[in-house]
Order: sequence, then structure tokens, then C-alpha cells
Amino acid sequence: MRRLLPFVFAMSLPLLASAADVPSYTLILKDHRYQPSELRIPADTRVRLELVNHDPSPEEFESDDFPAEKIVMPNSRTSLLIGPLKRGHYRFYGDFHQPTAQGTLVVE
Amino acid sequence: MGAVALLVFREVLEAALIVSVVAAATRGVLRRGWFIGGGIALGAFGAVLVALSADLLASAFSGAGQELFNAVVLLAAVLMIGWHVLWMSSHGRELSRQMRELGSAVHSGASSLGLLLAVVALAVLREGSEVVLFLYGMRAGGASHLWTGLAIGTAAGAALGFALYAGLLRIPMRHFFGVTNAMLVLLAAGLASTAARYLIQADLLPAWGNQLWDSSWLLGNGSVPGQTAHILVGYDAQPAGMQLVFYGLTLLALWLGTRFAGRQPSTGGAVDGRAAAHPVG
Repeated sequence: MRRLLPFVFAMSLPLLASAADVPSYTLILKDHRYQPSELRIPADTRVRLELVNHDPSPEEFESDDFPAEKIVMPNSRTSLLIGPLKRGHYRFYGDFHQPTAQGTLVVE
Repeated sequence: MGAVALLVFREVLEAALIVSVVAAATRGVLRRGWFIGGGIALGAFGAVLVALSADLLASAFSGAGQELFNAVVLLAAVLMIGWHVLWMSSHGRELSRQMRELGSAVHSGASSLGLLLAVVALAVLREGSEVVLFLYGMRAGGASHLWTGLAIGTAAGAALGFALYAGLLRIPMRHFFGVTNAMLVLLAAGLASTAARYLIQADLLPAWGNQLWDSSWLLGNGSVPGQTAHILVGYDAQPAGMQLVFYGLTLLALWLGTRFAGRQPSTGGAVDGRAAAHPVG
């Protein structure tokens, strides 16, 4: 087991590093609208999305165009990893307030 | 009201499809109505508990609590469905023979009914907790007609589930458990793939190829047919490599397992593939 430990660490290092090094982008929800409503991120890159909810109600950040599904509690923040995505426009929305909570991810 | 009904409908539909397949798969088993009803009630109770502890869950495991929770719930359901499928592959023939001969409910002995109750409960819990959080938020926002929306959405979702169940019951008895077993296998594989998706999102698993293909133009993840296919066969318009690995491993494990379980002497009719006259122990 002790001989295995360095090996296990070496194997998990890329995983830990990938989480820490990825570029981070912030998406703010206020009055059930996303700011910015058009978020630009680089193509072919894994990015961390910081979700900040300033509303007094929970919201679920979701997309049908790229894998993402995360609940953000009232007046709190969380984050998730998305991508790497190809160039293009990807729609995302707040599942609990779809009439207003809409936005686009511009991957370039 | 429309938005409330629509969201509730989508969540209820996902749970209802799973419950329908489980209900069909336990056809002919004594007291299964109580088990399924109990599973739904237990799941609804659990959904409220999960929604109440959503804050705790969100901050657990440095922000990955939500993904971990979903993945664990999904994988637990996969294990339980898998166990039932293996059990059926060694007892299913007896069950369908008994039902054809007696034309009525049979006692399934040491069946895995309890496991399927848990599967029903987990499905209701996962989708239900989102509905509870959503309703809580809408209520805080002062939305009107909440209960009407909830009622319409639940009724519509449950109706589609019943339609699937009624359709399954039309399958001739000699093929019936073969079909429901195959559906359970695909259901389990799909749930495993969804679990992988959550773990990738939390960076707990590598993606092994993000978006291997994109079939959104044909069947989108967000459409009702796409969502139905997602639950029933694990359809994903943009799967990651790791999702395919989870899907494939579940299929492989259950295929190998049923082949092995089917060879056990207790099955009686396994060799010639027909129902044999074998005393039920």
C-alpha cells in the first residue's frame, strides 16, 4: 500500500490540477435574468462556470445544448465544469424561471 | 400556471416512466400495488427531506455534493435494477408459466420486490426534490395558481406513464418478461450513463472525449420525446466517452450475469429455452 501511494497521487494529480487551472467565468442571476445574457468563453477549453444567485428563490442552471445541470440555492453561489466545446452558440436557461432566465454561451 | 404545469410535467414524466417499467416488470406479483404505492409515498417523503437539506447538499464536498448525491442515487438504482434482472433471469420462466397456468397473481417467494420498491422511491425522490424546490421558489416569488399547475403537470406526467404501462400489458405473456427485463436493462444502463455525466460535471471523473457526437438535430435532449428516450434507453444527444463506458459496462455486466444466472440448475427450462414443468420451490 505504501509503495502504491505515490503512484495514486501521481495518477490523481492531473485530475486535481485540471480543476484548479481551468479558466473561470461568472454568471449572475438577478430578478430571474442572467447577467451577462451572452457569455463568451474560449473554444476547445474546459472552463469553470461560477453561478451566483442573487434571487430569494432557488434556480436550476441547465442547458439542452451542452451537458449542465446544477441547482443554485437562494442568495448563494456554486460552480460547475463545462466543455470543452466547439465554436458556436449554445443556449442555457434557468429551469425554474424559463420565461426570463435565458442566455447564450458564445464559444469562440 | 402554464410554466408550473410544464416543469412539473417534465419531472413527473421521468419518474412515471421508471415506475411504469417497474410496475410492468412486477406484473402478477402478489401485493405489488402496495409496494409500488409505498415506493411512491416513500419517495415523495424523501423528496421533501432532500429539498429541505438542499443547502447542506450544495455546500458538501467543496461544492460537488449535489453531483455526488445524484450519482450515488442513480448508481444505487442501477445496482437494485441489476439485482432484480439477475433474479428474474433465473426465476422469470417459472413466474410466467405459473401465471399462464393459474391466470392470476402468484406469490413470488424471495423475490426482489423490496429492491424495486427502492428503485421507485429513488426515482420519485430525485425528480420530486426538484419539484419541491421549484414550488418553494415560486411560492416565495408570489406566483399564482401553483396548485392547479402542480395538479395538471402531475396528472399529465402520470397519464403518459399509465399509457406506457397499458401498452406494455398488451405484450403476449410468453414474451412479456423478456421485454420488461430488456427494458429494465436499458433503463439501468441509461441511469449509469447519467450518473457518469454528473461525475464529469463535478470533475470527479474524466470525460474521455466530450461530446462524442451531436444528434440534437434529430432528437434534442430538451424535447419531450428526447427526454422519454433518455429515461427509457439512456439516450443523450451529446454523450461523453465516459458515459458510453458506464452504459456499456452496465449492459455487459447484466448480459453476462443473466447468462450465468440462466445456467443455474434452478431454472429448469433454461437449456431448451422453453418453460419446463418444474416444481416451484
